[in-house]
Amino acid sequence: MTGNLNGIYVIWLRDVKKFFRDKPRMIGATVQPALYLLLLGTGLSRGLSPLRQGSGGGSDNYLHFIFPGIIAMTLLFTSVFSAISIVWDREVGFLKEVLVAPISRWAVAVGKTVGGSTVAMFQGCLMLVFAPLIHLSLSWVTVAALIPAMFFISFTLTAMGIVIASRMRSMQGFTLITNFIMLPMFFLSGAMFPTDNLPPWMSLLVILDPLTYGVDLLRNIILSAGPHSYLLCLNILALFGATMIVFAINGFSKTE
Amino acid sequence: MDIIQVSHLRKEYRLGNRIIPAIKDISFTVRQGEVFGFLGPNGAGKSSTINILCTVLKPTSGTVILDSQNVMDSPHQVRKSIGVVFQDPSLDEKLTAWENLDFHARLYNVPANLKLERINMLLKLTGLGERRHDLVSSFSGGMKRRLEIARGLIHYPKVLFLDEPTIGLDPQSRTHIWGYVEMLRKTENLTIFLSTHYMEEAENCDRIAIIDHGEIITLDTPANLKKEAAADRIQIRTDQPGQAKSFIEEHFGLKVEEDEDGMMSFEMENAEQFLPEFVRSFPFSLTSLNIRRPTLDDVFLKLTGHGIRPEGADRKSLMRARVRIKGRTRN
Repeated sequence: MTGNLNGIYVIWLRDVKKFFRDKPRMIGATVQPALYLLLLGTGLSRGLSPLRQGSGGGSDNYLHFIFPGIIAMTLLFTSVFSAISIVWDREVGFLKEVLVAPISRWAVAVGKTVGGSTVAMFQGCLMLVFAPLIHLSLSWVTVAALIPAMFFISFTLTAMGIVIASRMRSMQGFTLITNFIMLPMFFLSGAMFPTDNLPPWMSLLVILDPLTYGVDLLRNIILSAGPHSYLLCLNILALFGATMIVFAINGFSKTE
Repeated sequence: MDIIQVSHLRKEYRLGNRIIPAIKDISFTVRQGEVFGFLGPNGAGKSSTINILCTVLKPTSGTVILDSQNVMDSPHQVRKSIGVVFQDPSLDEKLTAWENLDFHARLYNVPANLKLERINMLLKLTGLGERRHDLVSSFSGGMKRRLEIARGLIHYPKVLFLDEPTIGLDPQSRTHIWGYVEMLRKTENLTIFLSTHYMEEAENCDRIAIIDHGEIITLDTPANLKKEAAADRIQIRTDQPGQAKSFIEEHFGLKVEEDEDGMMSFEMENAEQFLPEFVRSFPFSLTSLNIRRPTLDDVFLKLTGHGIRPEGADRKSLMRARVRIKGRTRN
């Protein structure tokens, strides 16, 4: 057991050390969501504002609305990317060293999930510096609640990433995953637009998208508003996360 | 004592409807404290065997006992007794040398006080002490290989597996690594299992198994293999080649071959003992005299009917070669 705990710690520590060391990646992972927030967000809110005069929304309102969504996007991309890095690791790198060590396969899956979640959480925290730019004030209490929430959401997403990675044999399927899993999850989560006025087929997909509840959880914390309650979000995320980590451990135990 | 016992090991890969046999029913044992070599061309089944022995690949059938543990039934126990240096680099290049070693020690649950002592000792031994806090990505190929070997030894394994340990290295690094392996064997009674397709490397083994197309063709000490496969050859040059040739053939009853630039050669067991007698009785003036010993190349050629094939050029090995040349992995 000590061996497995050490294993989890080592795999976690490796991910965290590399996150702080790899400045270009950190900057890259910050710039993309910042572009969505500042350029796309401002453009959409100003460009479409004549259409929504009735609702009285100013440009800051829209930026505030998408801010939790952009954080969720950051968590999604960072979590899944860091989970999928194990495919490359398995092919030519460090993972082999871990797989001949006397630690259980489940510990490798858990270590990787905890590591990826921690990194995604840090990346999410970096996004908080954009709050003042859009005139959104965050209290210390809000930030304190956001950190565990971001970790929790990232955990479910990284576990999902590991499930995907354990079924991938090479990095060739990577664009497929971005286009068929990550972008649809992001668009359907209500990160960029309210989901209460959609055609039925799309509403169904929104309900089925686990990221919907991640965005709602963050929106509840940051804006004290969201279609689903805290409790519902936490329960659904916990259920999804537990299922994913079971599949992740299971899928990983089969790796030769 | 036999530390590894392999019996009737088979491994098949499925490729669509075809079944490709990589290992066809091999059996052998490795003694504790010896350097045991697997010599064969790429694709002969060397890496598959090593991967099965070090618990990362499941065999199709057969059994492997390593340090009294069954590799298939209790991989966890076996992993504690082995150190592995894979064919492909498996260091984390974005970590320092020290961090790579530290992580390994933690994975193997080495107590903290022993950990520091061993890391320092191994860094000194591999000559990497001064670079301990540099990122591995700044290391040369030879330094990385030395670091990997050091890493494989931190937990004091009973068997160290080296899969093509010096592939792509310059001769100087190769000598360096071999000197180091020799020393460990003497001091730690470590068993070393290595695979190679370099003849010079196989020469350093106590015993070698020659493997081709998934089968062990022969297994013996390098000296015995050479003795069985071919005798020594004496090569001479002289001013009067025609007369010299008939003299040797008549006087010693030997068959003499002559090549285009006038060098004559003939086979002779224990050539060094025969040489004084030959020189005494040879009536013509010699311009050069040489004994050519059989090499493992001769052995290999004789037993398999072909030389060691050049490296395969499939997609994966090309990618690996590229990774190796660049000397970095994207970890």
